[in-house]
Amino acid sequence: MPSIVKPVATHPSLQRNELGFTVRDYEGGMSTLCAGCGHDSITAAIVRALWELAVPPHMLAKMSGIGCSSKTPAYFVSGAHGFNSAHGRMPAITSGAAAANRTLTYIGVSGDGDSLSIGLGQLCHAIRRNVPMLYVIENNGVYGLTKGQFSASADIDSKSKRGEPNRMAPIDPVTLALNLGATFVARSFSGDKEQLVPILKAAFVHRGFALVDVISPCVTFNDHSSSTKSYLYTRKHKVEATESNFVPKAQEIVAHISPNGHGANVTMHDGSVVRFTSLPANYDPTDRTRVMDYLQQHTGTGEVVTGLLYVNPSVPDMHEMNKTPDIALTEVPFEKLCPGAEVLDKLQEDWR
Amino acid sequence: MKLLPFPLGSIPGSEAGSARGPDKAQEAWPKRPGRTRALKPTDVRDPNYFHRVVDCQWACPAHTNVPEYIRLIAQGRYGDAYMINRESNVFPAILGRTCDRPCEPACRRGRLPEPGGDSQPVAICRLKRVAADLRGDISHRLPPVPAKKNGKRVACIGAGPASLTVANDLLPFGYEIVMFEKYDKPGGLMRSNIPSFRLPEQVLNDEVAMILDRGVEIRYNSPINSLKELLAQKFDSIFAGTGAPRGKDLELPGRQEAAARIHIGIDWLQSIAFGHIDSIGERVLIIGVGNTAMDCCRSSCRLGGKDIRVMARRPRGFFKASPWELDDAEEEGVQIVVNHAPKRFIVENGKLAGMEFERVEWDAGARKSTTIDTVTIPCDDVILAIGQDNAFPWIERDLGIEFDKWGLPVVNETTYESTRPGVYFGGDAAFGPKNIIWAVEHGHQAAISIDNYCHKLPVGERPPATMNLVSQKMGISEWSYSNDYNPSHRQKMKHVDLVERFKKLNVEVELGFSAEQTAREVERCLNCDIETVFAEKRCIECDACIDVCPVQCLTITRNGEEEDLRGRLSAPAVNLDQLLYVSAALPQTSRVMVKDEDVCVHCGLCAERCPTAAWDMQKFELFISYAGEETCNKQHESVPA
Repeated sequence: MPSIVKPVATHPSLQRNELGFTVRDYEGGMSTLCAGCGHDSITAAIVRALWELAVPPHMLAKMSGIGCSSKTPAYFVSGAHGFNSAHGRMPAITSGAAAANRTLTYIGVSGDGDSLSIGLGQLCHAIRRNVPMLYVIENNGVYGLTKGQFSASADIDSKSKRGEPNRMAPIDPVTLALNLGATFVARSFSGDKEQLVPILKAAFVHRGFALVDVISPCVTFNDHSSSTKSYLYTRKHKVEATESNFVPKAQEIVAHISPNGHGANVTMHDGSVVRFTSLPANYDPTDRTRVMDYLQQHTGTGEVVTGLLYVNPSVPDMHEMNKTPDIALTEVPFEKLCPGAEVLDKLQEDWR
Repeated sequence: MKLLPFPLGSIPGSEAGSARGPDKAQEAWPKRPGRTRALKPTDVRDPNYFHRVVDCQWACPAHTNVPEYIRLIAQGRYGDAYMINRESNVFPAILGRTCDRPCEPACRRGRLPEPGGDSQPVAICRLKRVAADLRGDISHRLPPVPAKKNGKRVACIGAGPASLTVANDLLPFGYEIVMFEKYDKPGGLMRSNIPSFRLPEQVLNDEVAMILDRGVEIRYNSPINSLKELLAQKFDSIFAGTGAPRGKDLELPGRQEAAARIHIGIDWLQSIAFGHIDSIGERVLIIGVGNTAMDCCRSSCRLGGKDIRVMARRPRGFFKASPWELDDAEEEGVQIVVNHAPKRFIVENGKLAGMEFERVEWDAGARKSTTIDTVTIPCDDVILAIGQDNAFPWIERDLGIEFDKWGLPVVNETTYESTRPGVYFGGDAAFGPKNIIWAVEHGHQAAISIDNYCHKLPVGERPPATMNLVSQKMGISEWSYSNDYNPSHRQKMKHVDLVERFKKLNVEVELGFSAEQTAREVERCLNCDIETVFAEKRCIECDACIDVCPVQCLTITRNGEEEDLRGRLSAPAVNLDQLLYVSAALPQTSRVMVKDEDVCVHCGLCAERCPTAAWDMQKFELFISYAGEETCNKQHESVPA
């Protein structure tokens, strides 16, 4: 019978992570996106990153809104929790979930429509709150699910598939996040997993809100010659501002910086390290002003600046700011969580 | 288990971790003028490339198109499946029971981890039997034999598989075949050495008759005692398929005195086949652990043997017998006794009373042994199954046929021609004992030579194999073949129960697959002939194929030397026999697409998920040329208009 189900057959020397899982154990259902969609490559990168980090599947929560991108949590880690929220409302739902159970690892997958149009306010406030989550924007510049209208991230003068130019200025999630005080900002490309996977790993362990904007070409509506979000355009104009690698906490860090450029080590909150092996002159990935200067200089050149651009692991996250309990609300005894009508009456009495 | 270096997110601190990205990687690769270090793009138009990917077909001496006939069985087209088989291996029903199955150890399914069990190849041989048993009447589909002969007469010595194949290939082109057989029945060792409980006489007779009845002039009871006399009969060509008819003897003390109860394995099996022997003593020792030994011990079980032991000099793992033949013998209660080296026959009162063995201990590779002690095992009969020799007392040494120092004729390995043009050897007579499927292939090749020779063409001029590649795409998510991976385990052959099978000598032990077993087993085949074909010009390097591949076959990386490139694959292969499929430089980054063919399950998902149809699933068909096809064309060309 013809079948599009991924065979259960595996490579004979498939590696296992420290939990005993193979990378296949982090897969999900078969993608129903268009063949060649950049989102599927990002899904594969997420699978790889979670497998390498050995995140227990049941300790992961996959959050999304509406759009092609928001379908993708169904395509990785079948064994995880998940919530597919209303359009653009994923940040609020994730904030709530994180408040209720801080022990889970949260990943929100969104798109340029879900995040930069209907959900822009939600995104901004999740950044302000420093919600502990990895927020991936699968950015393709079009509304693929509704047949290819421009999205808010489309560049001026880039053309639709029909040839109409876009006249409105784009919203750049990276500069937006830096302006709003985001503590982890990166941009990458679905066609470069060697860059993307280490960034995703660092983002997963980052204490607060980690924004990863990933250029993810839409093969059906926005991979043509006058697009600025196509595979070819991105490859030609991609500039790797920073080169970084992720060192898990358990591994010894060898102080070795590439002789070509200057480098830096940034120790994350959990003790793991992001090693920047190559940085532009005068670039400091922990100095917001310099990073914004650098991006400003590259604005309007047509270049797509990629890499882990800014990281600051020292800012308190939502839990610290709000002094939430160390454990998940599910672990708090019922009597303590819900002390009863008498206690409520007494509390209200105190406020009279 | 050896851990593999994953290129993604590699361990920091290593140099490899910092050289990322295609452009940087290109720079890091030193360009040396005048010296190409990169692999050349694979030429899939070379018939040998995809032929090697079809592991079973490549391993088969006759290159039977296994996946195609398995698909035909799946569709219930047993006659078609039989004909595909017959074209290359000539005796599908016989081989479906007795083949040495070089295809099965080669089968890719045996290299894939099976969930909850050992990796087992597809039961190719058993499926061949299914096709043969259910084929129906195919007589009208055999190539017609012309009434008008071409005037060439060919003598075949012996009526075994090699000679029969020569006749099969030459008859349709008008050759007159005269076959000389020593005994009164045809089949050669297929009749004399394979017991009827493994190969029923009717099955043998049917397939042999399929050739003989189409015009072979067979002369029974006609041993050739002098090649010189045969040459004098002015045949256009002579083919010797005389087998390796002499069983090796074991010259130990007591051999002569106890001769009445010591038998040479192949002679003894032959005597059973021709009805000259119908009993044996209760205690039997078989010396040797090859497949002949297995046939001897199992025959003993049926002729009155009660305590049957196969005496092996070496430990398990070093036996010549096929594993499944060992299993079948042990199932019948035969004891396999390891590490016993025969010393002498014990004779009491002028008759065999037992045998003395040295018990030995082997080093790790079973190369050197040390004796522990000596033991005596009483017995009534001893059967020697320690190998066979060729014998050519009938070839005069002054005929221009050279012999080597082992007394074998010098035979060309491609043309099967002896040093005397026009005289050919095949089967066990050519290069010593092999098996039926090799004999068939020798026959095919000798037939080509004979045809060339008779048409005064150089015998070294071999007709080339050709190939075809046809897309199997039927529509969106529709492929013409069953691309689903079926995790079923290999089906077990059901056997007649022990009491029943010993009642008569010729009760066939293997019952054949049931319809359900067949239906399950055919789905285990991975369709290795449905090839992934790549068109680099269309590739946009979106990684969709790489991401979806269940067995991590695919990698896009910079080109390089094979060893270096293999180290950079998504999952480096353990088995290096399969080739890498390397594309030309890709349009966007000049990297190359590399496919490791080793464990591809041919599921077609790479093609399914490719947005530009750069990958396609195409059926590879190999067309092997047989005798007559080329010479017909050549003659046609040479006829003036």
